[in-house]
Amino acid sequence: MLRVSDLSIEYTTEQAVLPAVRDVSLDLANGESLGIVGESGSGKSTLVMGALRYLPANGRVVAGSVHLKDQDLGELSAADLRRVWGGQVGIVYQNPLGALNPSMTVGRQLREVATWHLNMNKRQGDNLAREMLTKVSMPDPDSVLKRYPHQLSGGMLQRCIIAMALMTRPALLVMDEPTTALDVTTQAVVLDLIEELKAEFDAAILYITHDLGVVARICDRIAVMYAGEVVEIATTRELFARPRHPYSLRLLGCIPHFDLGPQKRSLLTIPGTIPRVNDLPPGCVFAPRCTFAHEQCLAASPPLVDIGAGRSSACLRWAEVPDLIDVAHSETDVLGRRSEEVPGTADLLVTADVCVDFKASGRSLEWRRHKGRVRAVGGVSAFLKLGQTLGVVGESGSGKTTFARAIIGLTERSDGSVRLRGHELAPGLEARSPQAVRDMSMVFQNPDASLNPRHTVGQAVGRPLSLFRRLRGKALEGEIERLLHVVQLPSDYRGRYPGELSGGEKQRVAIARACAADPAIVLCDEPLSALDVSVQGALMNLLMRLQSQMGTSFLFISHDLSAVQHMSDWIAVMYLGKIMELGPTAEVMRPPFHPYTEALLSAVPVADPDAVQEGIRLSGAVPSATHVPPGCRFHPRCPRCLGDQCRVEEPPWRAVAATHWVYCHILPEELASNQFGIREGHAASQREET
Amino acid sequence: MLIFIARRLAMVCVMSLVMSVLVFGVTQVLPGDVTTMVLGQFATEAAKQELREELGLTRSLPVQYGTWITGFVLGDWGTSISSQAPVFNLVMERLRNSLMLGFVGLMMFAPLGILLGLVAGLKQNSWTDHFLSVGSLGFIGLPEFVSGLILIWVFAVQLGWLPASSAIPAGTGFVDAFPKLILPGVTVALVGLAYVLRMTRASTVEVLRRDYVRTARLKGLPVRAVVFTHILRNALTPTVTVIAVSIGWLVGGLIVTESVFGYPGLGRLALFAIQRRDLPLMQATTMVIVVITMLANLVADVIYTYLNPTIRY
Amino acid sequence: MTRRGASAGPTPGLCARASRGDPEWNTDRGWQTQVEAQGRQGKVSGGDVRGVRLYWCRLARRPAALVGTVVFLTIVLLAAIGPTISPYPPNEQDAEAPLEAPSGRHFFGTDQFGRDVFSRVLSGARGVVTVSGLGTAMAVAIGVFSGLFAGYQRGVRSEIITRVYDLLLCIPSLLLAMVLIASVGPSKVNIVLVVGILYTPNVGRVVRSVVLDLKSKEFVEAAKARKERRGYILFREILPNTLGPLMVESAMRFSYSIFLVASLGFLGLGVQPPASDWGLMVSDARDFLQLAPWMLLFPSAAIAALVIATNLMSDGLRQITAPAGSAG
Repeated sequence: MLRVSDLSIEYTTEQAVLPAVRDVSLDLANGESLGIVGESGSGKSTLVMGALRYLPANGRVVAGSVHLKDQDLGELSAADLRRVWGGQVGIVYQNPLGALNPSMTVGRQLREVATWHLNMNKRQGDNLAREMLTKVSMPDPDSVLKRYPHQLSGGMLQRCIIAMALMTRPALLVMDEPTTALDVTTQAVVLDLIEELKAEFDAAILYITHDLGVVARICDRIAVMYAGEVVEIATTRELFARPRHPYSLRLLGCIPHFDLGPQKRSLLTIPGTIPRVNDLPPGCVFAPRCTFAHEQCLAASPPLVDIGAGRSSACLRWAEVPDLIDVAHSETDVLGRRSEEVPGTADLLVTADVCVDFKASGRSLEWRRHKGRVRAVGGVSAFLKLGQTLGVVGESGSGKTTFARAIIGLTERSDGSVRLRGHELAPGLEARSPQAVRDMSMVFQNPDASLNPRHTVGQAVGRPLSLFRRLRGKALEGEIERLLHVVQLPSDYRGRYPGELSGGEKQRVAIARACAADPAIVLCDEPLSALDVSVQGALMNLLMRLQSQMGTSFLFISHDLSAVQHMSDWIAVMYLGKIMELGPTAEVMRPPFHPYTEALLSAVPVADPDAVQEGIRLSGAVPSATHVPPGCRFHPRCPRCLGDQCRVEEPPWRAVAATHWVYCHILPEELASNQFGIREGHAASQREET
Repeated sequence: MLIFIARRLAMVCVMSLVMSVLVFGVTQVLPGDVTTMVLGQFATEAAKQELREELGLTRSLPVQYGTWITGFVLGDWGTSISSQAPVFNLVMERLRNSLMLGFVGLMMFAPLGILLGLVAGLKQNSWTDHFLSVGSLGFIGLPEFVSGLILIWVFAVQLGWLPASSAIPAGTGFVDAFPKLILPGVTVALVGLAYVLRMTRASTVEVLRRDYVRTARLKGLPVRAVVFTHILRNALTPTVTVIAVSIGWLVGGLIVTESVFGYPGLGRLALFAIQRRDLPLMQATTMVIVVITMLANLVADVIYTYLNPTIRY
Repeated sequence: MTRRGASAGPTPGLCARASRGDPEWNTDRGWQTQVEAQGRQGKVSGGDVRGVRLYWCRLARRPAALVGTVVFLTIVLLAAIGPTISPYPPNEQDAEAPLEAPSGRHFFGTDQFGRDVFSRVLSGARGVVTVSGLGTAMAVAIGVFSGLFAGYQRGVRSEIITRVYDLLLCIPSLLLAMVLIASVGPSKVNIVLVVGILYTPNVGRVVRSVVLDLKSKEFVEAAKARKERRGYILFREILPNTLGPLMVESAMRFSYSIFLVASLGFLGLGVQPPASDWGLMVSDARDFLQLAPWMLLFPSAAIAALVIATNLMSDGLRQITAPAGSAG
């Protein structure tokens, strides 16, 4: 139905002509879903947009053709192309709020499609819009039609966009990272919806993503892209079972799996960096980073060949690509053991009932009702041990970032205590001793904003050194170099500015800066979220190595459950400002667990097509801290809600084991009997055997 | 919404009050004795003293301020020292004239500026865009006295199509005054056009970057639907605000244009008052201009809030 | 078949040819600059032109800005060396030769007193550039300090500063200038002070908005977490990031102040005769429009040239220093 043949796309920028996509050929049949997987710079969005002939002025298709239902898109006039876009292609975008016009109601934007392409009048258009919204399980479609985009939540907006894309019953549905901007639980619901719609609408789906877990759920076949080329095409099952290209192999190895054993292993990394598109290596584009490269690989670029059974690979040595298990076993090592000590007075950091209130802004009535106070963190008691990692997991609105900021003093806590080595820390930074300030540092989520664009790397890393350790001159230079070496950056990066660095490199500098003064605790607030999969793996390894070498303790915050369980000794699950469950990693990931943890585990996309997860879904959206439900704050969404007890009474902090607590009314035995968490499939059991 | 307007109005009142104190304070600092200017250099000291008492200049400053501000609010703006006419009438007459000129100028530059700015933004980096952008920079750079005098030279002196002086007698109606409003209107419009064009262009460029334009295009909507429904609506919001703000300038900032053309507007009145040290006139004129500017800003804010659903709901 | 080699080619020269726009409606420029942004982040990267060289390349590709900068620098230079190259003293009257047309002896002709217009324009350049320059410098100095403070601190004092800005900006600038000059008298120093006071709010506002934007960025938070002193954060962390918008705004203020000084001169409120103030010269020329249009033409052209050049230069600065994604 869709045939892309030898497509090549170029961009002309200020400085050079960039061959962003080279010689890509793909086929998509009716009703099939093809996932296009790649990291940043792989050209996946360019490929799809270019195939649709939607390119900015400085981009053009220099070779190849695209046929949609036997119609060559390159030959169409602008008007015909618009008709194809409107009538035969539906597109779902990554950022739902940005993709809709803020000054038009949702209903009007939906109606436009009907009036322009389906020759309907206003009333018919509205009816169709309503019908589509019902199909995407939107509660109260009539009121949604009258709203403006900023009044709806992310999940609802994405559903509207899906509805809009499907209005003309298109032959091709393009989904460009549709769930990346959503919370995990919302994402699960949207993915469910996509699966249902697949069956009902019979459209061919082109699903672009970097998340292998999502692709494992949704797609029949997968095309892996690297630096502008397709390097492998296979069915989902085959790709996960036995990848036939070194890049696919390594990419799979970078993903942390749910491993409940006592050891903390490092992840596979891909040495080197993604090549710049105007500075491509001769020969195979992956060769400089490939551990199996031979001379023939460096001579000429291998084409994508059919290797039988509908699979293709762009590797000359595809038949010899080893099994992931073997590579993982030989190239990764154990970086530590998960600890299960009992928490006590010797803990490095102890927080007790920490609360953080904010003054509510805004003019709505609710503000007055709550007397102008929003409790973002409502009584969190946790602990952090020497040389260990506490992972904090939660969705947006859970208060995890606020909690970390309260610990380090950037946000003043309103109640509760924070003790470092037994000494109470003041709520604000001004009152803290220099030693206390030095002992804690933070790594932030956004690598672009965490470094001063006007300071060089050397200045950024050197500041804590000169401030806290009073180093000057040669000693300072030497220490800067050592730190750069520890985070695996070349020493000539000292004179570079952040604008010249990639996201992963910036984050390494941020880590170096955080560790420069030799702190006892480093608080990592979603340090990996903005990075590519392979870079995430490398950074996780770095953090774990730092911990084993320097004995630093980490507070690792993330919404990514798999990353958290990979790195942490202890896990705290937060929801709406309170901890729902706290315990050693292995125990938290195994039943019995809190219903919210259970839902998270059900929702997280696992990079294994054979994995079986419970189908627990939470209804409604993630609430905001301005409306904390009474009783157990999770009760409106809890699938196991007991009724009045949960609605009225606050649950007890119940010890399920010596070091494992759950904040729930339900007895642990009952929970244990009907929860089963994640059962990974074939690949996982193989891993456990080695 | 109404609460918003009410709050802003209150703010305007407070600021006007502060401004009135400033205006009063500054005028007190002006060197040059009023009495000398009125009675002449050879007046006796006694006569001057008598005049001072008559004008109330011997009372203490706070009392003078109090009298003045109450009078101002109630509509009694005193008598002009230099022309012995009630200040209120003088100012209102000039205000009417300024509004007429401002209206003509606004009609000339606002719609055209929006249109050209939109075109320039849509065709970003093309020759049209460069021509318009650079051209508009040129017009901003041309001081009003330069462009005004050149216009006079071309259209009045050389071609004789339009009158060189725009002095109109008091009470002239809009239609009668119109031929005399053209050249000064064009002078004003040249500057205003440049601003509106650049503002519209910048906001159009900004809107084009947004994802929803891509969504609209990929929905297969025809170009005119995309431009008018999606782009214009959002690009216009900052522009309309700028236009509303410019009303303040049109009322009180056209001193130079009015001087070049001899047009009896509010700006020239202010200049006249300053040169003559005519305190009541100066104070009243300045206050009127300031209050109108603040009200224009208020209108701009209200329009912006109204047009922007993210704030409204 | 790979066409990689063919397309990449040698990096075309120091400054590659810019993309010429698609002549028909093109409503997705934004994507072009996204690619540029990615290029800068090393993802879809272009060549290795960085830093100052990058700015020169960009300037070179914008003829308007280049012209503006050159003209601006020329005028400033002429202003500086004016007295030495001036053929006649600007105030020297020649009763024999009033209202002479431009000739070899008097390049720009003479005015009603027989003074050489060219020399007067040169000496006027000095006056206007000095006064505007100093006034703008004063506005920038006060504006930066007050803007930094107003943006960073929350509290009564910064509220007051912001309100003062709003207040000053409420009055049409020429009106305010007139009132102030009338109060203190039209001397060069006073005009500098008035220009400084008048334009401080503009600069202050720009700086304040940048500070507000940067205040919540993580690198500032990281500095706070190190318990850095406020002075360090304001001057070492935040200030360097304000330089881009600040330079642009300063250039714009300079151009406005030339405008203002010329207008004041025109209205008779600037430096008094017999000084050769451009605005004053234009005002004088009004009466002789028919007889001696060159009296109007040359000072007007000088004013226009300087203001337009400064505008082009500042616009060019804005484009060059604009962050990725806001080109044009």
